Amino acid sequence: MSRAAAVVWTRVAVIAGCVLALEIACRAGLINPLTLIPPSAMAAAMVELLLSGEINGDVAHTFLTVAIAFVAAVLVGFTLGAVLHGLRRVRRAIDPLLASYYAIPIFVFYPLLVAIFGLNNLPLIAIGFLAAVPAMVIATLLGLDRVPRVLRKTARMYRLGHVTTVLRIVLPAALPNLFGGIKLALAYSFIGVIAGEFILSSGGLGYGIAYAYDSFENRAMYGRMLFVLLVAIITNGILYTWEMRLNRRRGRM
Amino acid sequence: MRRNHDGLIDGVAIIAILLAAWQALFAYAGDVAITPPLATMRYLVTLLGSASFWPNVEATMLAFVEALVISTLLGVGLGLWLGLQRFAGDVAEPILAGLYTVPKVTLYPVILLLFGLNLSAKVAFGVIHGVIPIVLFTLIAVRNLPPVYRRAARTLRLTPWQTITTVLAPAVMPEIVSGLRIGFAVTFLGVLIGEMFASQRGLGFLVINGISSHNVRLTTAVTLLIVLFAVSANWLLLAFARHWSSQGRDRHELA
Repeated sequence: MSRAAAVVWTRVAVIAGCVLALEIACRAGLINPLTLIPPSAMAAAMVELLLSGEINGDVAHTFLTVAIAFVAAVLVGFTLGAVLHGLRRVRRAIDPLLASYYAIPIFVFYPLLVAIFGLNNLPLIAIGFLAAVPAMVIATLLGLDRVPRVLRKTARMYRLGHVTTVLRIVLPAALPNLFGGIKLALAYSFIGVIAGEFILSSGGLGYGIAYAYDSFENRAMYGRMLFVLLVAIITNGILYTWEMRLNRRRGRM
Repeated sequence: MRRNHDGLIDGVAIIAILLAAWQALFAYAGDVAITPPLATMRYLVTLLGSASFWPNVEATMLAFVEALVISTLLGVGLGLWLGLQRFAGDVAEPILAGLYTVPKVTLYPVILLLFGLNLSAKVAFGVIHGVIPIVLFTLIAVRNLPPVYRRAARTLRLTPWQTITTVLAPAVMPEIVSGLRIGFAVTFLGVLIGEMFASQRGLGFLVINGISSHNVRLTTAVTLLIVLFAVSANWLLLAFARHWSSQGRDRHELA
């Protein structure tokens, strides 16, 4: 067995072992069932919720919100990053702002956003967007910084036009960083939207969890919670694998 | 000298633009949403002067410091170990990265059920936010160390403890400080969110209390205080990280 396969199988075994240990601890009564229900019961509750269509509305609502926030953040973040890359002085002035952006708990602005946009979907989109956009800006700046100078020179030697240079030289060279930015933007917009729903909202998955918690519906709560966890982890896993493959292909070049 | 001068002008310009944007936001949204900069600062000074405000600051800081100490010790320890044990590190890294993308707010009910409505729930919430980035930064820093460092330690027959304290820790310091900077911010975030849901005291509680009682003045002033604290702490850690990495470079040049 190759080392890579051994790593993957050990990882699977570790995760399975944790889930199993939790299951046993719950079934054996070490953990109060009012606190935590066994993982198998969580999975059953999740499947039930999905099959009965009870959470379909919430899921669609949340996913749509995340999708809008994510796409907007990637487009705006990339454009801002590219523009800032060209304006040196502005960039130097904004750098400290970007560096400390994530030190600010953006959630504290949620009430402000509600007051501005009203109690609809827009404040949630704004929170997801605001959480994701700086990650994309930073990744774009880093990616453009790391385009080797020799590649730009080569482009000039071949007398490539502006558009061709960007499409065939700059973007491919900056791709690993851009991909990292997109990955973070997706995670952050998802976290932002779910947290916003959880704190102050009247719909969506985050709200569903808060509602189930307030009304002591453990099964409904853990079913939804597991769903959110799985969506986050599986999406991240797919992107991680994709990124690895991308980097490997670049390594071969 | 000239560059410093420009930097100062740019800094002042940025602050002026931010204040102008804030004022414009007030003009657009009105005082049901936000109070203007000057009035907010004045109210913040009044708040800081009143005796009933300080127990809230104290409650937040107490939980925050406790959470930060736990996240740091746990994060750096686990990160060093996973970085040294290559196999364990490779197994754990994607799991940790996956956990980092999970919206941890949703786990709040579990934390509450486990810890109850008191200080430890806030602390635990801060820790689950802060510990993962610290582990990841430390792990990656240790793994990317030039192998010659460890070979040198082996040649000198250092014990594992000596290797960690005299070789590894100083070498990975800049990355650890970067990790701590992120960890610091997210731990603070975690504690604040913890206070927003289930607490009778603290800055997060004041914000949520201000919202539910339509006390815009209070919400805006406390938000300003939170932002100022977060940004200045971040700035200090950033300066510290730069100091460390420039020292590291000097050492390399000497060698």
